[in-house]
Amino acid sequence: MKNKLNLFIIIVFLSFCFVIFYKGLNNSNTYTPKISNKKDIPIFESKDFNSNVYLNSKKIFEDDIFYIVNIWASWCLPCRTEHPLLMELSKNNSSKLIGLNYKDNLNNAKKFINEFGNPYSQILIDNEGILSVEFGAYGVPETFIIDKNKKIIRKFVGPINKEIVEQIKLIIK
Amino acid sequence: MKILKIFIIVFLVTGFFELKSEEKNNELKNEILKNIRCLICQGQSVYDSESDFASSIKLIVDKKINKGLNEEEIYDFLREKYGDWVIYNPQLNKNTYILWLLPLLLFFLGGAIIYKKTLKKKK
Repeated sequence: MKNKLNLFIIIVFLSFCFVIFYKGLNNSNTYTPKISNKKDIPIFESKDFNSNVYLNSKKIFEDDIFYIVNIWASWCLPCRTEHPLLMELSKNNSSKLIGLNYKDNLNNAKKFINEFGNPYSQILIDNEGILSVEFGAYGVPETFIIDKNKKIIRKFVGPINKEIVEQIKLIIK
Repeated sequence: MKILKIFIIVFLVTGFFELKSEEKNNELKNEILKNIRCLICQGQSVYDSESDFASSIKLIVDKKINKGLNEEEIYDFLREKYGDWVIYNPQLNKNTYILWLLPLLLFFLGGAIIYKKTLKKKK
């Protein structure tokens, strides 16, 4: 009787382990923290890409509309794939697209914009990656949606795709 | 001549103290960096990593220390941006209490089993 009970416990334990590891196999191994509560946008000062003038975050996000902040770099390949979708999003009048040029060479970045088009109403320079950390980003590309109350309400890690564009359009409608 | 001597002594003393405080700051910085998880690398702390993410975090921690923030304030800043996961040593809160209390519970449970067994053997 005791042996049977032991065997039963071992089988239950092993099946439990199997289920846990089997489920774990399907999980993505890149961690994305949930934005549980809406976060305020960081207060910062950053150089403008075109004019080289320092701008205050209050001035950048002063309009009463949705803002989409996209972190990009000319050396980042996924940024190229998402660029046409950003061009599509830039046509939307209910939001402004702000670009954050991440650890990039200015000349290369300008070439990139000239070649693929400029979807951004404003581009900020983030040479040290500090601004991206202030936004809570990991790297490039990454996209944030900021609502009219100047809160970050959504974050998309990695390049955006058509599905995400539809989601964004629904949010900023 | 005397003035020059005094000037040199003052210069050396201030230089020494500056060097000391810089060393202290560096120690604190390394201690903090070793406790921050590099979120885009697997199983590496920011201290060990050379990734872009890690280098930005290193810069930010350096800036925050120079601003006068203490260790806990820097962890709070990073926690706010990236969640509890970014710190290797998680805080005790409603999301992590199982993590902290389960080993303790298992320890006592094991202790109780061993105690009971030895008591049985003695009998």
